[in-house]
Amino acid sequence: MMAVLAELSYWQATSIRVAAGLVAVLLVAGTLVYAHLFKMVSFMQSRLGPMEAGPYGSLQLLAEIGKFLQKEDIVPRRADRFVFKAAPFVVLTSTFLLLVVLPGGPDAWFITNDLGIYLAMAVGSVSVIGILMAGWGSASKYSLLGGLRATGQLIAYELPLLLAVVGVVIQAETMNLQGIVLAQANGEIFGWGAIGNPFILTQLVGFVIFMIAMQAELTQTPFDMPVAESELVTGYMTEYSGLRFLLFFIGEFATAGVFSAIAAVLFLGGWYVPGLDPADNLLNVLGPLVLMGKVVVLTFLVFWIRFTFPRFREDQLQRLAWKFLVPLALANIVVTGVLKVVV
Amino acid sequence: MTAAGVLAAGAAGGDLFVAQNVFFGVIALVMIVSAIRCVTTRNVVHAALWLVLVLAGAAAQFILLGSEFVAVTQVLVYIGAIIVLFLFGIMLTKASMGDDDSVATEKRLMASLVAVLLAVVMGIALLDSYSDTRLVIDEPQRFGVVSDAIFSQYIVAFEAVSVLLLAALIGAIVVARKE
Repeated sequence: MMAVLAELSYWQATSIRVAAGLVAVLLVAGTLVYAHLFKMVSFMQSRLGPMEAGPYGSLQLLAEIGKFLQKEDIVPRRADRFVFKAAPFVVLTSTFLLLVVLPGGPDAWFITNDLGIYLAMAVGSVSVIGILMAGWGSASKYSLLGGLRATGQLIAYELPLLLAVVGVVIQAETMNLQGIVLAQANGEIFGWGAIGNPFILTQLVGFVIFMIAMQAELTQTPFDMPVAESELVTGYMTEYSGLRFLLFFIGEFATAGVFSAIAAVLFLGGWYVPGLDPADNLLNVLGPLVLMGKVVVLTFLVFWIRFTFPRFREDQLQRLAWKFLVPLALANIVVTGVLKVVV
Repeated sequence: MTAAGVLAAGAAGGDLFVAQNVFFGVIALVMIVSAIRCVTTRNVVHAALWLVLVLAGAAAQFILLGSEFVAVTQVLVYIGAIIVLFLFGIMLTKASMGDDDSVATEKRLMASLVAVLLAVVMGIALLDSYSDTRLVIDEPQRFGVVSDAIFSQYIVAFEAVSVLLLAALIGAIVVARKE
């Protein structure tokens, strides 16, 4: 796909990239909301979920979007208007930029360079500013408390998230996500190379740390102190309505999808299908679908945990990050580094 | 002709980078306006948010110069960590909505004097050293090149900085701790 783009002029290639990004974000967010938030949780609670709009309620999502678009976009009287209005866009921009580094196939990528996962971690941290802007700009105590809790949590869990990635980077010898996929596709398990070497086998500790830290970064239960509905209404989103609430909502689910996709690329082999040549042109079509399948599986885990566990207390979740996950991730890096040199 | 074509022709014919120069000007303008608003606004949170724009502009300039590692690090460290800590600290202590007239009124004269002095000294130093130098950008400075340089040529400096940062970290804990 991108080999074709090289022959187009700059603005044409850019338009196609933006359109592909929009489709990817909205499609992923929509799939996750329908499959997990509407249906999976309903089945877990022995009910049917939405059934009226479309077959099996599949058009419920469009109805919800229509509902949010009709609602009035209210700005609280004492709010800081510009900061309040800009905040959802900052969060959503961070999500879109995260998507840029993800490879979907041997030639199906937006950009591919050595920055890869480093760039993803950098732009992912920008969303914290949007959350702080929302929390402060709303001029509401619930929002401010929610924003502060979210920030404290995101800072704490960004560290284990980054450190968990380092093990994979050491093993793959590259930060390029495309390179990490190829390293897994060309890898061998004790000389047996039929399914490559997905890093979840060698980096199981890193994978578990990454998933826990990801759950916290997404502020999903059990790490949902920032949006604890029984004490803070919905935290930093409390004062938002209409389109801007919808943006936060899309951002939340799209970020869950994108982070899961990053986890899938790092630990589950990304777009690679065992048995095919990694350069096979077929993978440009099959790859994004395979990646999407892995995203659905990983987000299933995220939402399964979300709907199962009770909430952590603030001190418990800080202790888990600083006293358990960070040392564990550091130990994982040391062990990986030593094994990399020795073996 | 495509934008990339213009660039390539410019690079081949002489070292005239039209697109880079235009964007340098646009980003520099945004940075200057944001920097001025950052020090003139009477709202502390707004000042921090204007600073975000200045730092993001600096990252964009580094991208134009082809040093991707410095640009991404700028975003990760300054925007993702330092500004977040600024905002977090401000909001945790006193996040007054609206303008705060007590912000920087009495020391304004002295501060602007120091700023002008610093700008003049640095400007003269830069002009003196680099006014005849032509910037050569053949290709972006790749990540691997930077890491190779840090871990071979500059390994002693790198380790020294690490120890210094560790000392600062321990010092901060000692200062903050109550016996």
